[in-house]
Amino acid sequence: MTAPSRNGSTPVTTATPPAAPGRLVYERPALLATKPTSYCPGCGHGIIHRLIAEVLGEMDLGAQTILVGSVGCSVFAYDYLRLDAVESPHGRAAAVATGVKRYRPDRIVFTYQGDGDLAAIGTAEIVHAAARGERFTTIFVNNGIYGMTGGQMAPTTLAGQKTTSSPLGRDTSVVGFPLPVTEMLSLLPGVQYAARTSVADPGLIGKSKAAIRRAFEVQQEGNGFAIVEILSTCPVGWGMTPTAAMDRLASTVMDAYTTGTFVDRAKGIAPSLPQPGTKMATAEA
Amino acid sequence: MAVLDRPATADRPDPIASPPGTGGEATPPAEVARVHALRTERLLMKGNEAIAEAAIAAGCDAYFGYPITPQAELLEWMARRMPEEGRGFVQAESEIAAINMALGAAAAGARVLVSSSSPGISLMAETMSYLAGSRLPVVVINVMRGGPGLGSIGAAQGDYLQATKGHGHGDYHVPVLAPSSIGEAIELVGDAFLLAERYRTPVMILADGILGQAMEPVDPAFPRIAAQAADWILDGAAGREPRVLRSLHLAPADLEAHNDVLQATYHEIVEREVRWAGEQLDDADVVLVAYGTAARVARTAVERARAEGMHAGLFRPITLWPFPVDGLRSVALGARAVIAVEMSAGQLVEDVRLAMEGDVPVFHHGRTGGMVPSPDEVVDAVRRAWSRTPASPTEDVR
Repeated sequence: MTAPSRNGSTPVTTATPPAAPGRLVYERPALLATKPTSYCPGCGHGIIHRLIAEVLGEMDLGAQTILVGSVGCSVFAYDYLRLDAVESPHGRAAAVATGVKRYRPDRIVFTYQGDGDLAAIGTAEIVHAAARGERFTTIFVNNGIYGMTGGQMAPTTLAGQKTTSSPLGRDTSVVGFPLPVTEMLSLLPGVQYAARTSVADPGLIGKSKAAIRRAFEVQQEGNGFAIVEILSTCPVGWGMTPTAAMDRLASTVMDAYTTGTFVDRAKGIAPSLPQPGTKMATAEA
Repeated sequence: MAVLDRPATADRPDPIASPPGTGGEATPPAEVARVHALRTERLLMKGNEAIAEAAIAAGCDAYFGYPITPQAELLEWMARRMPEEGRGFVQAESEIAAINMALGAAAAGARVLVSSSSPGISLMAETMSYLAGSRLPVVVINVMRGGPGLGSIGAAQGDYLQATKGHGHGDYHVPVLAPSSIGEAIELVGDAFLLAERYRTPVMILADGILGQAMEPVDPAFPRIAAQAADWILDGAAGREPRVLRSLHLAPADLEAHNDVLQATYHEIVEREVRWAGEQLDDADVVLVAYGTAARVARTAVERARAEGMHAGLFRPITLWPFPVDGLRSVALGARAVIAVEMSAGQLVEDVRLAMEGDVPVFHHGRTGGMVPSPDEVVDAVRRAWSRTPASPTEDVR
C-alpha cells in the first residue's frame, strides 16, 4: 500500500514489513467480540474488557463463566465480551450474581460495575454480598463520574471536581467526601481479595491484569468475595482530551486513591480489624 | 384437583378448599406428579408453611426472602427446609436484593420462589419489570396486608391493582393466581411454576394475611413438577454462542419487536390460562364476585341470602390476570346485579365493571385496613342491590 508523500511528489511505501515467522506479539483475545465498542475515545472500558478477555482466555474459563452486567456505559459489556451474560437493574449486580453463583457454584461468576452503579445505588447489595462472603468476583471500574447520563457527580467524584451536577466543584461541606468503597469492603472478613489498580499507563495496565487474574483465582479457591477496583477515565465527562484524561488519572486521581492489594487472605495480606465478638481499643468516653 | 387450562363452570362448594375445577375431573398434565408423604392422613398446616412446603415439593431450587409480617413463617420454613434438601436459601438484605437474587438464579436455570408482603412487594416492583422484560420465570408470593404505606399487618386486598395492572414500568403483564384456601394455595404453587416456565414469565400468587396465618387441614400429596427443557439458561457458553438475558433494546424497532413477543405471549396466556370457580350460579339473580379470603366470606353470604329467598351465587376468579371476562359474562348476563366483595376500597370492582360493560348493574362492598367484611354486611349489600334493581328475566320465569 502506498500513500502520497507530504510534498505530494514521490509515493512513500507504508507496507508493514513481514513479521518474523512464529512469533505472535499481539492478537485479539478470542473472548473479545470483533465489533467496535460504543465507548468514547480514551475511555478505559475497552482496555479493561480486553484484560478480562485475556485473563479468562489464558485461564481457559470462557466457556464456564457468567457475566453479570450492570447499568451505565458498561451495560454494553455483554456485547463485547463473548460470555453468557445477564443484565441487572441499576445497582443490583451483586444480588443478581449471588443468585447465579448460589445456584451454579461450579461456574465462574463476575459482575462488571461502574462507580455510579456500585458506589451509589448499589451500596447495600455490594456490602452485603461482601459481608456474606459470596464466592464471585467484582470488577469495579471507577472513573469518578456518571458517564452514561452526561457526566454528573458520583459518590467517588473527587473533592472540588467539577461535574454537570457539581458545576462549581464538589463541595465536601455540602455533599460529603468521596466514598472509599474498596477500603470499606476490606474491613469485612468475607472479602478474600480486594485491590485497587489503574489503567493510567502500560505498566499499571499490566498490574490491573494481574489483579484481575488473582481475583478470578480467588474465586476458584472458593473462600469468599473478590473485588478489583480499577481507576479509569471518562474524557468526555471530565471535559478533557483522551491524553489529558490519562494525565489526570495518573496524577490527581491516583494521588487521591491509594492503589495496591488491600486484602489477599490466602497470601496473608489481611488487615487486622475489629469484628463483632472481638473487642477493639477505644478512648475513654 | 386443580390443573391448568380448565375453566371451572358449575357449583360445588367445599367446606375446606373450594376446588378451582368443578366440572369433570381433568387429567393432570404430564409434568405434574404427586409427592406422597409417608403419612396419608391430612395435615394441619399454616398457610405460609404450606405454601413453602408446596414449593419444595414442586421442585423449587432456590428461595430468597426478607422478613415481613404476615409472611415471615414462609421465610422461616425455607430457612430450615431448603438446606435440609440441599437447595438454595438466602435471607437477603432487602426485598430489592431478594428479587434480584431470584433474577440471577432464574437466569442460571433455577426454579425460584420469592415471598413478601405488600410494602416489600412494592420494593420488588422494579425487578418485576426486569423479569418480564428479560423473560425470566420467578414465582412471587404476596401475602397482602393493609395499606397504603406501612399500613397494618392485618389481611387486606389493596394490592389488586398493583398485581394485575403492573408492578413496575413498561408494557407487561404478570399472571396472578388467587387461592381462597390453603389447600388451593398448595395446588396453585405448583401451577405457578408451570405457568412461569411454560411462558417464561414471572407469576404472582396473591394471598392475604389470613391465608398466610390461618391453619387448615391439607392433603399431604403435594404436586411435583417435572423439569422443563430450556434453551435460554446461562451455564457458560461451552460449544455454543454466548447467550445474553437482557431487557435493554436501545433501537426503538428492536424494542418494539421484543415487546411484540411479550404481547404475543400475553395473548396466549389470555387464550389458554383463564381460570375461575363458580358456586350456585345456575339460578343466581345476584352474582357476588370475590377472591381469596373475601370469597370465603361471600360463600357464607350466598347461603344466608338464599335463606332469605334472594338467589345469590359466587363467581370466584382464580386468575386475576388474565381476568375471566367471558366466564363472568357467561354467568352474570342474566342477573339483576353483580357485587364485587373485596378487602379494599374498590379495586376488583374495576375489572368487574369492565367485564360487564354496563350490561348489568355493578355494586361494590369493601372493607379496608385489615378489616374483613362480615357475611351479614355482604347480605346487606345484596339486599341493597336487590332493592335498587329490577327483577331479572329469569326471575320472572320463576
